[in-house]
Amino acid sequence: MANKIIECHELSKHFGDFKAVDQITFDVKEGEIFGFLGANGAGKTTAMRILCGLSYPTSGEASVAGFNVYKQQEKIKKHIGYMSQKFSLYDNLTILENIEFYGGVYGVSREEIKKRSNELVATLGLEKEAKKLVGSLPLGWKQKLAFSVAIFHRPKIVFLDEPTGGVDPITRRQFWDMIYQAAEDGITVFVTTHYMDEAEYCNRITVMVDGRVEALDSPARLKESFHTHSMDEVFYQLARKAKRSSD
Amino acid sequence: MNVLFFILRKEFRQIFRDRIILAMMTFVPIVQLIILPFAADFEVKNINVAYLDHDHSSYSNELINKIGSSGYFSLVGYPLSYHDGLQLIETGDADLVLEIPSGFERNLVRHGHQKVNIVVDAINGTKSSLGGSYLKSVLADFNSRLDIMIKSPNDAISLPAKRIEISSVNWFNPRAEYKYYMVPAILVLLLTLIGGFMTALNIVREKEVGTIEQINVTPIKKWQFILGKLIPFWIVGMIVFTLGLTVMYVVYGIFPAGSIPTLYLFAGVYLVALLGFGLLISTFSDSQLQAMFVAFFFIMIFILMSGFFTSIDSMPGWAKQISLLTPVTHFIHVVRLIVLKGSSLGHVYMELFYLILFAIVLNSLAIWNYRKTS
Repeated sequence: MANKIIECHELSKHFGDFKAVDQITFDVKEGEIFGFLGANGAGKTTAMRILCGLSYPTSGEASVAGFNVYKQQEKIKKHIGYMSQKFSLYDNLTILENIEFYGGVYGVSREEIKKRSNELVATLGLEKEAKKLVGSLPLGWKQKLAFSVAIFHRPKIVFLDEPTGGVDPITRRQFWDMIYQAAEDGITVFVTTHYMDEAEYCNRITVMVDGRVEALDSPARLKESFHTHSMDEVFYQLARKAKRSSD
Repeated sequence: MNVLFFILRKEFRQIFRDRIILAMMTFVPIVQLIILPFAADFEVKNINVAYLDHDHSSYSNELINKIGSSGYFSLVGYPLSYHDGLQLIETGDADLVLEIPSGFERNLVRHGHQKVNIVVDAINGTKSSLGGSYLKSVLADFNSRLDIMIKSPNDAISLPAKRIEISSVNWFNPRAEYKYYMVPAILVLLLTLIGGFMTALNIVREKEVGTIEQINVTPIKKWQFILGKLIPFWIVGMIVFTLGLTVMYVVYGIFPAGSIPTLYLFAGVYLVALLGFGLLISTFSDSQLQAMFVAFFFIMIFILMSGFFTSIDSMPGWAKQISLLTPVTHFIHVVRLIVLKGSSLGHVYMELFYLILFAIVLNSLAIWNYRKTS
């Protein structure tokens, strides 16, 4: 039995009367790819931001990599990587400069940054573009680069918030290859998505509806319990109950 | 320390890659320093005057010549009636009408006094009040000479003894040149704009683009982030200041009378205070537009209350208190003292304390209000 790297117990976040995240309970095991599904506005990003130490919860308990989300956010931040919905590299820096900056901020040594960034650029096949400004790259490449930067400092967990939004199917496929590679290297992957085919790639998934966790299991077992052959159908059955209008 | 190094490296790369910022740093200070001092000049020249001369005597001619030769007035016409004179003021052609009544010369000689009428256009307050008083002083001068002209030689000999003449000397700015007064202040204005706006906009831009979220999820310490923003713009500010001092010397021939290191010491502390102000604004704003408006609001007040245009000593008590609460006031005061008067650190150390206080308070507030977790 693998260790639990994220533990969440009745975690809530309210904005006034609005319960963005409503008493969610789940845990993530070390080394797994954990999918976080839900319609727009279901509370996925809010929950993820709490776990990343970007947002204070209203109530409940949670720990990430053994650190408390109320008091030890800065310690959590040392051990995680994060890729936000918004593209988050600097457009006016080159690929190498972006890598160097984020690597340096996480305390990776200079020699190590140099070594790893050369490897990274080679793996991504971006040798020719390494000294170009990131702003000039196509979106698919940017996303792959952003992911690589998020795990550059070898975090224990990487949080990906809709990483493949607006990316073509081939690039999405390549992106998931990278996620598998990261998982093989021992990084726990916590990923939110809308795409049901992507949900199938995860070891376990939760489906969030209106701020609550409505289902939590492996994709195969979920399909079984909902008596269907597609994740799409599982998602429809759950999401139909939603009262919040999606935005 | 290593982390700070990487942050600084990134900031410098971004600043030097941004052509507009580079242009702001070099072009703007030079142009502003060259253009503004000529425009922001309170000495009133070219006051348009019309003479309504009902007397047409040699005395009235003499008076008109005297006014014309003072250098402040330019003649726009000889209206024939009071109505025509007012017309000139209404159309804006004349700022002043001097009406000399008929019998001007006769009354002066016979009775020793004669009133003249001055009509002033008060739309432009400065021009009218200064114009009116210039004209009065020309008249007073005319009067004193008149005494000598019309009194008998015997009387004239005893005259000088009765009069006290006042002659004044302008210390520290002997020719009372407005430029000497304004140029150092414009230098301060430049630093204020660069310090106040650039930092505020820089952080808010990171918020808008979304990179701040990525920063907030890293273990960067708050002080590292703030210092990482502060140091590059501090250096930019000091470069601008140096450029400004150079322009001041090359174009206006003004060389600081006091010590240059003291001047730099003040500029350095002032910039830290002002950058802190910009950072503070950025922590409150979500968009560049908001930051711009807030910064603009405060900087307007800072500058109008700072003694840049108007003397603080002539402000009402409450306004004086407000003006002391802005760092700009203290810095302008100090720069004028050091550049023109040659004050040393010993004379202005209180101002240094004020500026240090501003720097500490504003930056602490900025660090306090910057939240990595919301």
